[in-house]
Amino acid sequence: MHVPDGFINAPVSVAAGVVAAGAVAVSLRGARRELGGTSGAGYGGERTAPLAGLVAAFIFAVQMLNFPVAAGTSGHLLGGALAAILVGPWTGVLCIAVVLLMQGILFADGGLTALGVNITVMGVVTVVVAYALFRGLVLLLPRTRASVTAASFVAALVSVPAAAAAFTVLYAVGGTTDVPVSKVLTAMVGVHVLIGIGEAVITMLTVGAVVAVRPDLVYGARGLTAPLKLRVGGELVDAAPAAEPAATPAGSAKKLWIGGVVTALVLAGFVSFYASASPDGLEKVAADKGIDSKVEDHAAAGSPLADYGVKGIETARLSGGLAGAIGVGATLAVGTGAFWVVRRRRAHAEPGTRAETTA
Amino acid sequence: MTAPSTPVPPTTAPSLDVRGLAYAYPDGHQALFGVDLTVGRGERVALLGPNGAGKTTLVLHLNGILTGGAGGVTVAGLPVGKKHLAEIRRKVGIVFQDPDDQLFMPTVREDVAFGPATAGLRGAELEAVVRRALDRVGMAEYADRPPHHLSFGQRRRVAVATVLAMEPEILVLDEPSSNLDPASRRELADILRSLDVTVLMVTHDLPYALELCPRAVILSEGVIAADGRTGDILADEELMARHRLELPFGFVPSSVA
Amino acid sequence: MGAGHTHRLYRHAHSPVHELPPHTKLAAVLGFVVVVVSTPREAVWAFALYALLLAVVAAKARVPAGFLLKRMLVEVPFVAFALLMPFVVPGEQTTVLGVSLSVPGLWGAWNVLAKGTLGVAASVLLASTTELRELLLGLQRLKLPPLLVQIASFMIRYGDVVTDEMRRMSVARRSRGFEARGVRQWGVLAKSAGALFIRSYERGERVHLAMVSRGYTGTMPVIDEVTATRAQWTYAAALPLTALLICLLGWTL
Repeated sequence: MHVPDGFINAPVSVAAGVVAAGAVAVSLRGARRELGGTSGAGYGGERTAPLAGLVAAFIFAVQMLNFPVAAGTSGHLLGGALAAILVGPWTGVLCIAVVLLMQGILFADGGLTALGVNITVMGVVTVVVAYALFRGLVLLLPRTRASVTAASFVAALVSVPAAAAAFTVLYAVGGTTDVPVSKVLTAMVGVHVLIGIGEAVITMLTVGAVVAVRPDLVYGARGLTAPLKLRVGGELVDAAPAAEPAATPAGSAKKLWIGGVVTALVLAGFVSFYASASPDGLEKVAADKGIDSKVEDHAAAGSPLADYGVKGIETARLSGGLAGAIGVGATLAVGTGAFWVVRRRRAHAEPGTRAETTA
Repeated sequence: MTAPSTPVPPTTAPSLDVRGLAYAYPDGHQALFGVDLTVGRGERVALLGPNGAGKTTLVLHLNGILTGGAGGVTVAGLPVGKKHLAEIRRKVGIVFQDPDDQLFMPTVREDVAFGPATAGLRGAELEAVVRRALDRVGMAEYADRPPHHLSFGQRRRVAVATVLAMEPEILVLDEPSSNLDPASRRELADILRSLDVTVLMVTHDLPYALELCPRAVILSEGVIAADGRTGDILADEELMARHRLELPFGFVPSSVA
Repeated sequence: MGAGHTHRLYRHAHSPVHELPPHTKLAAVLGFVVVVVSTPREAVWAFALYALLLAVVAAKARVPAGFLLKRMLVEVPFVAFALLMPFVVPGEQTTVLGVSLSVPGLWGAWNVLAKGTLGVAASVLLASTTELRELLLGLQRLKLPPLLVQIASFMIRYGDVVTDEMRRMSVARRSRGFEARGVRQWGVLAKSAGALFIRSYERGERVHLAMVSRGYTGTMPVIDEVTATRAQWTYAAALPLTALLICLLGWTL
């Protein structure tokens, strides 16, 4: 869902804008590496524009593909996780950012002042969480197509509520209306866990379809393809690794996916903390707030951070709506599952496998 | 093998000279096994051959997109290699099969201007080059249209213009008549005939080859298997059958040529 | 949504607004939205004046109200969200037509609705008076990273082509008796999405070849450059500056 103007106050919008701009700037450099060499040697950054542009066009189009659920309702793909897995995190962030920029300017879908918020939440958080999880799982699980599929399912499943949680954080800090944070979180995460399941299934099936036909195109699974051969004078010899992009130091790979899993765990922890503090119903009303206090949290007035962190806890009640419970359950299960696997497999992780940076 | 019956004997270096070109893709598939081909200045040559004969691979060697195998390519005396790549790419104008791939700019004018502008042309000079190129394919009035608002035939003509704008030494067309309706096909033929450049035309459309190109070569299994007058080659039934080439039903080359 | 609808986004006309250079318009809209967002929600009259300002721009640009309103429907999901606020936000209660509503919730809903709607209206006006390509030139002029502008222009150029491919695949599916009714058909749809990705990516590779064949080395040649005179800047600045004045009044009054 695209955030419109006036939903998040000015300081937080600006801060999110700075984050988004930074992420896009870093991604512009990263994408040159990612798209640098899938085929042919000697191409550098010049491949970025056409390939990222076409992938952005694909994301744009695929968001229009309707997936019927039942009884006339249908959903569509958000595409963040899919982009991250198919073309890599940098290009993924870039493509989603461009799609959001164009949607904001051309279709008024998402406010111009909220562009930073939208890019941060739907681009950066979704892509980074999805890719970190995906890459981590692919490295941990056996090197098979089934693992790639399973990893994309989990990555997409978690990425959507993670984005919802990120939005809630922004809302808690700079929301223009005092909806209790726990309520926003319950609603957002609850709904987005359901959306996430759909996203996960579609992403998994789509990645599976691509892996089956062109595994070389699935960026997140590049380590899985067999080495190429060259026929020289009738004999098969190993081809030089076809244009590996600027090799990342082997040692950093492990650190990076551990970092990714930790990020996911922190997010999971955050979600569980707030979701379990959800209020027991709409009738629970704090009557001590008037218009005056609302004015304070407004744009230029006072510190937007002043009242953050209290609202949610004030109304905290461990009752947990069904949706919230699903959210905690799913996220925690994934988080702890990943953690458990990390501990068991740490010794077996192959240090030689190439991993990409995740953040 | 190579006995070109050139209508005009080349006075300077030939437009294109391919010597012993062999190439295998990184996946191990070898596509070219020593291609020798010379195209004189001003010639129009059809490159025929079954699917998978290596035609596209050969084309991608002509402007240095693929390199690294054995043998070499020389364009107007200039060897294709890293050193002269910009110059080579200006001299060899490739018109790709799908005009949507070729027309990547927002408007026709900008697309035609892309090549010359990359080479450093600006302002009025650039404008003049663009106009001339569009005039040559009869598309001047569509200059400010976005490419996707044009018909397929119009897009193909603009694609030719994008290449002509670079004043190429040799024009390389990949399946120029594919997906064209008969009228567009004939219009394109008229345009190609009116051009005063060397043309190498990759095609499955044998009547089109006969109509436009006095000379034809057959690329089969990665080598030039035949080279001669187009009419003679098309009339050689045994040769044609050996390389999986078939004339359209009822078409008799001798009746046309 | 989709670049395939471009002709519906842009309304061709010759008006002073249409003829403004794109980067001045982009800057003006951005400035206007920032001002609107920074206005205190209690200054209800200020928002009315903003709406009036936009109405003046729309009249100058000869954009009919019906067109504008139809395009603003994109906002609807958030209207629904805003309408929930008076029911869920804690705070002082008031009774409207026998329903108990939260006062801060009402203010919150008003805030989001007013600012969101004005933002949407301003963006719609921009898109309906500026051609896609001009917008890209404007973004380029406003110093967006060139690579980002390139990516955006490729996305716009090939949005249609990719959408078309998707439509053809859908026609092909349905021609063979496939009807997507529920979750069970997701596999087939996802396979189409996967195929679409492969086609898009491969087309990207071919486009790259075509570009390289014409001398591309990573930077786009500047073919068109948009420039604005001082008068044009002043004209475009009229909107955000007037809005700023209103905003300042809103803070002091």
